[in-house]
Amino acid sequence: MTKNMSVDICGVRLKNPVMTASGTFGSGAEFSEFFDLNRLGAVVTKGVSSVPWEGNPTPRICETPSGMLNAIGLQNAGVEVFSKRDLRFLSDTLLPDSGAGAGSGGILPSTKVIVNVCGHSEEEYIDCVEKLASERRADLLEINISCPNVKEGGIAFGTDPKGVERITSAVRRAARQPVIMKLSPNVTDITEIARAAEAGGADGLSMINTLTGMKIDVERRSFALANRTGGLSGPAIHPVAVRMVYQCAGAVKIPIIGMGGIRTAEDALEMIMAGASAVSVGTASFNDQRTALAVIDGIDEYMERHHVSDIRELTGCVRDWET
Amino acid sequence: MKYTQKAKVLGCETIGKNIYSLRLQADDIAGSAAPGQFVSVYSNDSARMLPRPISVCEADGERGILRLVFRIAGAGTEEFSKLREDDEVRLTGPLGNGFPLGEAARRRVLLVGGGIGIPPMLETAKRLMPEADVRAVLGFRDELFLAEDFPCEVTIATEDGSAGTKGNVLDAIRAQKIEADVIFACGPAVMLRALKKYALEQGIGCWVSMEEKMACGIGACLSCVCRSVQTDEHSQVKNKRVCTEGPVFRSADIEI
Ligand SMILES: Cc1cc2nc3c(=O)[nH]c(=O)nc-3n(C[C@H](O)[C@H](O)[C@H](O)COP(=O)(O)OP(=O)(O)OC[C@H]3O[C@@H](n4cnc5c(N)ncnc54)[C@H](O)[C@@H]3O)c2cc1C
Ligand SMILES: Cc1cc2nc3c(=O)[nH]c(=O)nc-3n(C[C@H](O)[C@H](O)[C@H](O)COP(=O)(O)O)c2cc1C
Ligand code: FES
Repeated sequence: MTKNMSVDICGVRLKNPVMTASGTFGSGAEFSEFFDLNRLGAVVTKGVSSVPWEGNPTPRICETPSGMLNAIGLQNAGVEVFSKRDLRFLSDTLLPDSGAGAGSGGILPSTKVIVNVCGHSEEEYIDCVEKLASERRADLLEINISCPNVKEGGIAFGTDPKGVERITSAVRRAARQPVIMKLSPNVTDITEIARAAEAGGADGLSMINTLTGMKIDVERRSFALANRTGGLSGPAIHPVAVRMVYQCAGAVKIPIIGMGGIRTAEDALEMIMAGASAVSVGTASFNDQRTALAVIDGIDEYMERHHVSDIRELTGCVRDWET
Repeated sequence: MKYTQKAKVLGCETIGKNIYSLRLQADDIAGSAAPGQFVSVYSNDSARMLPRPISVCEADGERGILRLVFRIAGAGTEEFSKLREDDEVRLTGPLGNGFPLGEAARRRVLLVGGGIGIPPMLETAKRLMPEADVRAVLGFRDELFLAEDFPCEVTIATEDGSAGTKGNVLDAIRAQKIEADVIFACGPAVMLRALKKYALEQGIGCWVSMEEKMACGIGACLSCVCRSVQTDEHSQVKNKRVCTEGPVFRSADIEI
């Protein structure tokens, strides 16, 4: 059976809908020892800012049931080194689009690069996005708005609809690539934030970032993380993520990249059926470097078994609203 | 080259209170592991997502056998302690840099192990012998383990004085007037801090193996950093990844 697994995200074609979640996959170089990155729909790189960031003190992580808390604090080497080293690596590693379309006779898209961007102020986001404008290897930008906004006293950019609309349109104006806004789940009504991003001109949405949590070490009677709180990720958050993707798919028209606890093809298909056009694998790659590949193969196997000729038939197929 | 492989358990036995010796058939990893490197050991319980970093205690490349020695510290290590012959366990390795054996060639090397930091010093001793002049100082709370496996002269320190010098490893080094050109060490942070100071006073080189919580084990997540004196080339800040630039660092290069 000929199957189409390729999807369109914000005008960019992916060979399949599976990518890696920012911050869990480095620049891809670390994982390239374990599998061929060219099998992925896209590589999403660790958050990068206009200048290097030190991140938080350690311990930065702890394990929780079926998940983990992290407070890395967005440590990164800054956009200049990122461009020179990490994007160079990716452009050397990822093959160009090939004519050998998988049975379809068309073009098989290459693995794309999505660059995740963070900042402490609007100016920092803009500065970073402008420095990436001339990078041909950055196919799409993913803007992490869960960063602390220094001007607003450390409150994340992503929790106030007006702020989200403003930062989205500012980034949209500065960016040369399509812009995906990455939403924080730590809000009362995520559809409000999704609509604000759409109104600001976002080309797509990524969701969800981590859920704020805390762990206490009872033996030491202290916080498990130096930062006290951290972001919960992994299979523990998957049902929350599916619910939020579902809600937002009914609220906006732009494509959604779904993530949060995906470990198996079944988890990914849930996300797709809830309305995601593509998915990211994050924490599960820590348990097995090749998780994203198993998800791709599992989706392929599902399509075969259920005679699905085009993955897009499944996107948002479970719904209760009118189209 | 790093490998992720299923390893077959050859045996798991207790060698001290809550201390286990696990022998694994892990051809790829055992064949390329260097002393001071570690492996990520994955739980068979899907609720425990993160790998447990455990040092290479012995690696027999020819027979493909890896020996890990660990203490039960929580649910993950408790699970590993129950592994039996023919069980399978998933590993990634070898990881990290290992001790700089070249620094020890034809010199007097002092290997210092404290508590559950002792296992990596065993393979280190074996690889350094006989070219280097190797001596080990091992510190225990009370009960000894692994000391008899060392192929070199061993000096013991115990906190309760039940064997060797009463006190810590530095008390033993001073009491025995042990001299060295270079120190390789693994153990609790307090011990490493004291050795860093001692090496500075003596004007000798000192390399220490650091510990930090890890999520990926391969350099991708930045969970496991320690503070460095100089800006690190990879991170562009004063942070080094224990899993990748380490776990072994020159003590003068990092904050302990
Ligand atoms: C490079 C390196 C080498 C090590 N080598 C050995 C060894 O040879 N023998 C040995 O007994 N122990 C070793 N350790 C410590 C060992 O990793 C922990 O004791 C083990 O991870 C505890 O897991 P747990 O599930 O039993 O404990 P839990 O406390 O339940 O673990 C919860 C989480 O915290 C992490 N964690 C807990 N303690 C530590 C620690 N001390 N260091 C890093 N992560 C920790 C676990 O990996 C897990 O993700 C080493 C640690 C590092 C960093
Ligand atoms: C260690 C770690 C680091 C992360 N770093 C970033 C980051 O730099 N930027 C970002 O937008 N999200 C970051 N995330 C969030 C993930 O991209 C993802 O949204 C989240 O973990 C949920 O997916 P998962 O459950 O599959 O991991 C990080 C997550 C983890 C666990
Ligand atoms: S554990 Fe992920 S970078 Fe070291």
